[in-house]
Amino acid sequence: MKTRRYAAAFGAMMAMGIAGAASANVVGDTITLGSSISLTGKYATNGLHTQRGYDYAVQVINDAGGVSVGGKSYKLSVKYYDDESTPARGAQLAERLIQQDGIEYMLGPYSSGMTKAIAPVSEKFGVPMVEAEGASRSLFTQGYKYLFAVLSTSEQYLATAIDMAAASTDDPSSIKVALAFEGDPFSMDVRAGVVDKINEYGMKTIIDDQLPADLSDMSTTLTKAKALRPDILIVSGHSKGAATAARQIDEMKISIPMIAMTHCEAAKVQEKFPNASNGFLCPTQWVETLSKSDAMFGTAAEWNAGFKAAHPSYSSVPYQSAQASAAVYVWKEAFEAANSFDQDAVRDAIAAIEMETFYGDIKFSENGNNIAKPMFMRQIGADGTYSLVETFDDMVFPRKVDY
Amino acid sequence: MLDNLQLLFVWAPIINIQIILEGIFVGAVFALSAYGLALVWGVMNIKNLAQGDFVIMGGYLALALSSASVPLPFIVLIVTSVMFVFGWCVYVVMIKRIIDQDMFVSLLATFGLSLLLQQVMNLIFGPEVQTIDMQLPVYDAFDNMVTIPSSKIISLVMAGIIAVCVVLFMKKSRTGQAIRATAQDARAARVLGIDTDRVYAFTFAFNAALCGAAGVLVSIIWVIQPFYGITYSVRTFAIVTAAGLGNLPAVIGAGFGIGLFEKYTGMILGTAYEVAAPVSILLLVLIWRQISMKRNRQVVQ
Repeated sequence: MKTRRYAAAFGAMMAMGIAGAASANVVGDTITLGSSISLTGKYATNGLHTQRGYDYAVQVINDAGGVSVGGKSYKLSVKYYDDESTPARGAQLAERLIQQDGIEYMLGPYSSGMTKAIAPVSEKFGVPMVEAEGASRSLFTQGYKYLFAVLSTSEQYLATAIDMAAASTDDPSSIKVALAFEGDPFSMDVRAGVVDKINEYGMKTIIDDQLPADLSDMSTTLTKAKALRPDILIVSGHSKGAATAARQIDEMKISIPMIAMTHCEAAKVQEKFPNASNGFLCPTQWVETLSKSDAMFGTAAEWNAGFKAAHPSYSSVPYQSAQASAAVYVWKEAFEAANSFDQDAVRDAIAAIEMETFYGDIKFSENGNNIAKPMFMRQIGADGTYSLVETFDDMVFPRKVDY
Repeated sequence: MLDNLQLLFVWAPIINIQIILEGIFVGAVFALSAYGLALVWGVMNIKNLAQGDFVIMGGYLALALSSASVPLPFIVLIVTSVMFVFGWCVYVVMIKRIIDQDMFVSLLATFGLSLLLQQVMNLIFGPEVQTIDMQLPVYDAFDNMVTIPSSKIISLVMAGIIAVCVVLFMKKSRTGQAIRATAQDARAARVLGIDTDRVYAFTFAFNAALCGAAGVLVSIIWVIQPFYGITYSVRTFAIVTAAGLGNLPAVIGAGFGIGLFEKYTGMILGTAYEVAAPVSILLLVLIWRQISMKRNRQVVQ
């Protein structure tokens, strides 16, 4: 008898639990989004930039009246877990968000690797996820239906550098290119985009080195570059690649006229190696001088000013925060367009979105990546500032460096 | 690959000088931490997998001191003393308890220590790649084909001075003699009144100090990150295995040899293979040792 009573009580508790979970996403007048984000571990810095971008957008949207669905206005909130920068933990937490906390709408984690670990989970449960920090092309070749990304994919990062090198001469096929890429999925994607362009122009690749994951020394690649004198050097190996490259370019007095690399800002090369980094071309997802705007955040400059006011510790705002805000904005637009909280209706609304934001235009391809926004290229000046370079004419060529 | 060989020997042989110099700089740093490992391995039979993390820890200490604008000679002194004390503490807390256990216990324990150090450094200093930029001049020669940063020259000189001090210390001082005696026969040393427990503690602390010195050099000439320790551990293991224990000139020679081999491999096969070079040397040495020892091996009936 006693056992049965316990069983009944347990059953009742379970039922309440399930009922509680099922409505946890929209309780009262609050819509809760879920995100597993790296607040400790190796992605902690960028994870924090992302979280601040999410939170800033949530605050602005709520202050402006929130999200209106079915004639009622709802506030947004985000439930976070710290994934410790480990993919396995991220996948676990995504499952916990969905199954235990009843989250039905997700924001992405930081980095392609983490997104790769979490996307299969959200896909399995049919939970739409709008992510802002996973750029790897391989995320959008898996046929995921519930994954959407507001940022440009990684093969676009450095491809424009090749366009600019081609514009520097009358005969693009005479250009000699040196490539140094790490072997991780992100850098390999960046490389694929660059190699496509090189082939398109018929340029010659004279150095094609792969950099090791524990990258602290690339002097051999640079020694080769010194001997072979390429017209352009392209490096991609995250922050550590940028830091190592800038340091050794300085030390070895490399005077290649054009050098392009990813993660200049993250590695702060303009502060640490002001001399060598003069003239580096650095891709970025977003610039605060962009002439795009929306009704919620205003222009890019206005978003930038607002974010800086909320977080005075930033001297220059990382693009990671801007795109995180854009992802939250996509959610608001999707809820309002769907005018419903049904997951599939909202998912279809996201897929159909076509909007201009302070972050750039957003329109998703069938695979979920944003195809409306280009990548931007900036050049580091002699005073360490970044200036937007849209065509070859805007850029300082050859780089003016005096060792 | 053929292009690279041509480049080396036909088109621009001058770059050989650059590669040899780089190899020597790399080798000098390796030799320091490898000698520490050889000591600990030879004297206490502890295979310290946290060796590389000690190096990185030394690097971060140097970074912290240099941001407080402490001059370089003092940085070396302070870092080696702090690492010495740290090594002594690690010995008392951990190594002392595993010294009589079998090999796997020492491997597991030091591996655990390595993970712990990585995460603590990550928490304190953050995951970004960092470096000490001393703003020292760079010398160049042969129409800028060969460049030598003074930071690397300084580190080579420092490595040389430290190595000489270590050799003299091991040969002449009472403690050095006690360490060598304990390495030869711990029981006999105890009978003759040597406090072997103290010798072990000193050896381990001494090793940590050597790693700390190597770490200072690493942070001056390359970049450091909390998770870079493992590459230094692998290199020091390769060097010590190739050179044999308790043979200082051989360890230093192997350090330079592996440094050069790494750089030439990187030049000919590509930078990604630089990390694989010491491991392949390790493999070759083990195979060669196996073959050469076969001659002396007899079947025990």
